[in-house]
This record gives sequence, C-alpha cells and structure tokens, in this order.
Amino acid sequence: MTSRWASLRAGLEEFYAGPYRRTLARARREEDDLFRMVVLAEALGVPDPAAYYTAELMPALYEDFHAWHRRMGMDRSPLEHIGCC
Amino acid sequence: MNALPLLLIGLAMFAGGYVLYSRFLGNRVYKLDASFRTPAHELQDGVDYVPTNKFVLWGHHFTSVAGAAPIVGPAVAVIWGWLPAFLWVTLGTVFFAGMHDLGALWASARNKGRSIGTLSGRYIGGRGANLFLVVIFLLLLMVVAAFAVVIKNLLISTPSAVIPAWGAVAVALLVGQAVYRYRMSLGLVTVIGVGALYGLILLGDAVPVELPDPILGMSPATFWIIALFVYAGVASLLPVWVLLQPRDYINGVQLFVGLGILFTSVLLSAPTIVAPAFNDAVPAGTPSLVPLLFVTIACGAISGFHGMVSSGTSSKQLDKETDARFVGYFGAVGEGLLALGAIIAAVAGYRTLADWEAVYSAFGQGGVAAFVEGGGAILNSGLGLPVSLSSTVLATMAILFAATTMDTGVRLLRFVVQEAGEVAKVRIGNVAGTLITLAVGAGLTFSQGAGGEGGLRIWPLFGTSNQLLASLTLSIVAVMLIRKRRNPAPALIPLAVVFVMSFWAAVVQLGDFYEAGDWLLLIIDLVIIVAALWVAFEAVVAMRRASREPPEALDADVTEKGELTK
Repeated sequence: MTSRWASLRAGLEEFYAGPYRRTLARARREEDDLFRMVVLAEALGVPDPAAYYTAELMPALYEDFHAWHRRMGMDRSPLEHIGCC
Repeated sequence: MNALPLLLIGLAMFAGGYVLYSRFLGNRVYKLDASFRTPAHELQDGVDYVPTNKFVLWGHHFTSVAGAAPIVGPAVAVIWGWLPAFLWVTLGTVFFAGMHDLGALWASARNKGRSIGTLSGRYIGGRGANLFLVVIFLLLLMVVAAFAVVIKNLLISTPSAVIPAWGAVAVALLVGQAVYRYRMSLGLVTVIGVGALYGLILLGDAVPVELPDPILGMSPATFWIIALFVYAGVASLLPVWVLLQPRDYINGVQLFVGLGILFTSVLLSAPTIVAPAFNDAVPAGTPSLVPLLFVTIACGAISGFHGMVSSGTSSKQLDKETDARFVGYFGAVGEGLLALGAIIAAVAGYRTLADWEAVYSAFGQGGVAAFVEGGGAILNSGLGLPVSLSSTVLATMAILFAATTMDTGVRLLRFVVQEAGEVAKVRIGNVAGTLITLAVGAGLTFSQGAGGEGGLRIWPLFGTSNQLLASLTLSIVAVMLIRKRRNPAPALIPLAVVFVMSFWAAVVQLGDFYEAGDWLLLIIDLVIIVAALWVAFEAVVAMRRASREPPEALDADVTEKGELTK
C-alpha cells in the first residue's frame, strides 16, 4: 500500500516536472555558458580584471569544454593549451 | 434518439480500435519490438531522453495534445447533424488518428527520437520540409487568433466564468511558488489548487462579471481580445516555472476531472438528442459537408499537431517500444473521447429542435457556447448541479484549455520569429519577438472585425493546415513501411483520404475568401496550397523511389543511426 502510494506520488511529480525539464535545463545551460565565457575571458584575449580570481575555476570547466566550444559554433578548440579534439 | 446508446457505441468503437486495430498495427505493420533499444535508453541524458513509466508518459502525451480544439471543432461541425460528426470522430480516431499518432511515435523512436521536420528531410526531401515550417508558423498563428475569439465569446456569453478564468492565473502563480519556493508536497498542492479553482467557480457563479459597454472607449469584445493578447504576451515572457508549468499541470488534472464529470452525467441522465442525424435544413451560407467536415473536426479525428508532440517529446521518453501502442494510440483515443463528449453536449443538451436550431443559426454559430449550454443542461440533470453552475464549470474548462494553448502558442511563435531573425542576421530580443508575435496575432484576429466577429472563419483553415501536416507525417510513415517491404495500406488509405479532403477544402475556401474579400486569409490559404502541392509531389517521388530501391536490411534502423549522427 505504501509503495503504491509512493509510486503514485512519483508519477504525479513526473507529471509536473517532465514537460518542462528540457526548457529549464536549457536555461541553466545558457547561464552556465555565460559564466564559462566570463571565466575564459582572459584566456580568449579579453582583458578581465577578475582573471586572478577566476583562474582558480578553470579546472572545473575542462570537463564540459569540448561540448561548449562546439555549441558556440567552433569546431576546434579555440585555446591551444586545451587539446580536447 | 437517446445519447446513451450513442455514447456506448462510441466507447465500444474506441475500445475495439485499441484492442484489435492497434494490436494489428503493433504486431503486423510497425512490428513493435520490446527488445529494441529505444532512444530514451540509448541516449539517456536525464533531460530530453528519459525512460518514463508508460502511464505517466501517456498522461503527458494526452494532456499536451488534448485541449480546446477537440471541443471547438465537433461543436461547430454538428451543424451538419450529429451523425457525420460522430462517424468522423469515431472512425477517424480508430483508423486515422490512432494509426497516425502511433506511426509518428514509432517513426521517431526508430530514428533516435528525431522530430517530424528532420524525418521529412531524410525520407521526403529537404526543401518541402522547410516550406512546411511556414505552414507550422501559420498553424500556430491561426490557433492563437481563433482561440482569442473563442475565449472572448465565452467570457461574454457566460459572465460567471470571468472570475474563475482570470483567477486561475493567480492559482497557477501560487502553485508555482508553493512547489518551487516552499517545496510543499505536490499531492497537497494539487488538492488545494484544484479546490481553489472550484472555489473560484462557485464565487464566479455567484458574482457574474459583465463589462459596461463601452469600456475604455471600446466594445467589451474588443476589450477582451486585447486583454487576452496582453495576458498571453506577459505569460509567455515569464520564466516557465512561474506560470506556464503550474498552469499546464493544473489544467492536466482538470482535464481528467472535467472528462469524468461530463461522461458520468451523460451516463446518469441519458439525455435525448434533439438535433437531426443529418441536418437537411442547414442555415444559408453553410459550406458543403464534404469536404469541410473533414477539416472542421481536425483534433478529435486526426491532427498533424499530434505528430509534432509524438516525435518532439514523447518518442524520446519511451521506455519500451511496445509502450508506443498505449501512449500513441490510446492518447488519440483519449482525445476522441473528449470530442465525443463535445458532440453529445452540443446536440443532446437542448429541449427541442427549435431551441437547437436557434443556437445553430449560421455556420460558426453555436460552437463552444452550445457545448457549454448543452453540456450544462446535461450536468444539471445528471449530477443535479444548478444549471448556471454547470455552465460555469464547462465554460471555465474550455477557457482554461484555450488560454493555455494561447500562451504556449505565443511563446512558440516568438521562438520562430527569433529564428527567422537569425536567418536574416537580425538579433530579436524576447520582448521585441513577443511584440511582433502579438501584433501579427492580434492583426489576424482584428482582420475579422473589431470584435473578432468573423474569427471562427479562421477555424476551417486551421483544420486544413493541421490535416496537411498529418498528411506529411503519414507520407513519412508510408515511405518507411515501403522501404521495409511491409504493407503500407494502413498508412496510404488514411493519407489519400485526408490529403484529398483537406486539399479540396483549401481550394473551396479560396473561393469563399475571395467572395468575402478577405485578402489576408486568401493569401494564407494560397501559401498552404502551394506547400501542400510541393510536399505531395516530393512524397510521391519518395514513395516511388522507395519501392524501386531494394528493401532495406532488417537491422537498417540500427545501422543507419550511424548516418544520422554525421
């Protein structure tokens, strides 16, 4: 009985969240992309007064870097020191 | 004749269609395979591709395809008598819509969950598909314009629905806050939200709101249309979690509640149908039944929009390929049920034939107002609700469906405008994109008179483009079946019927618009005709090519996936 109740609740939540999961995920990705660009600004040749602080965040960006530059319309890595492809 | 046997025959046909025909389709035509690795598993990413329980997925699918359209279409079409509408809805759901929705789901699931647009590029030809994007834009535009008129009519004819219709926006806003900001349990929020909605219906029934005429220097009709477009513009710009998401959710729940109420009261009251089976004395100016019936009832019999939902989202969430039968085919059956309920409400809720004829005094008259009035009478005798309260319930239900389609439609149209801007190398912001959309949508509505009097003239044209979109999906399914050397007849026969009827209707309407001097709709109709001819030509070429080429290998869907990723 409890498990049936729990699955009903899970179904209800999926019914609420499912249709908009994609929209919300895309909004989040756009925000992340903006942040990524700010962090990479110095490396990409845009003077950034906060570069000293953001440099620390660079390693956190490597994981998704390849997907990011492809998303931004650059087939190859724009940074020489990151050879992802 | 009594409505009860009609309802039971309809239900039996739907049940038979699901049990027999969808099984035939699943086993013999589409050959659904429980061991096939669906895109949801193959490409699982937790966002688009999520294997989902088939009942939940059916709920999503059904609530995204069902809305005000399966109410408006049948309620307008009963002017030719109830039998043609009944036959087209039941046979259409069983042999056309179910086949089409299941086919779109299958075609997309076999192609990595690609959309119909991408699939038509692969199976039919790229240029025609691009031309069809224009038709999709027009389709959305027409639905926004027509629904603005539908809601306006209801707000004026049922003043008691004004408070619940606008109050529902506040309820949705609160639900969104409760879920995201206060993280309340969804079950509790659902009960309170639906309860609040029905509380508003009671309040609205006690306090009907009739606008003074003139208000702010315009007629109430003009005022409501403008208010609706302003609402749709603001709603489409808000973050989706604030309004659209909770609104869709409450509406989804409300859809089940409403269907339950309607069918229970028909079963309990067994109302008598006063309208004729075939109306020999249609009011002057009513277009001929063939082909217009087939485009007036689009959603509820077969609708191209379902193919977009099937291929756009549902196919990416199929847990097993065999679930497609339940999600796709039964989703179409759900919409057929709503259309059947609308037919019964519009023909069985009147006391005498003269009453009914007074409502259906011209083509486009009656419609949703008749659904509300007639359905209200049925609710009254079935469940014992007071007449005015019953009408308020149904009017609110219809308004909510139409309004959610309107705000989502404006949002989608804005994306199309922005994409078109990108092609033209102009950056269009969200606000500017929305303003352009609203200007075009309101322009189309007001082209039918300052009070949107002729707004429902757009309806058959909307149906026409919707059916032509369905023809495109059916052609894709047919090409796939021919390539696999399976029997393409279950797709080809509906394709031929739907294409011929909707193309014929497009040509007939061309003459009507010319006579009425409605140049805007005339041009839209011309664009639709050109797109239809082009796609038909490319589809025939693609089918001939598919039948000449050697049959594709049994595992072609699996190996060709490599091609698609290139």
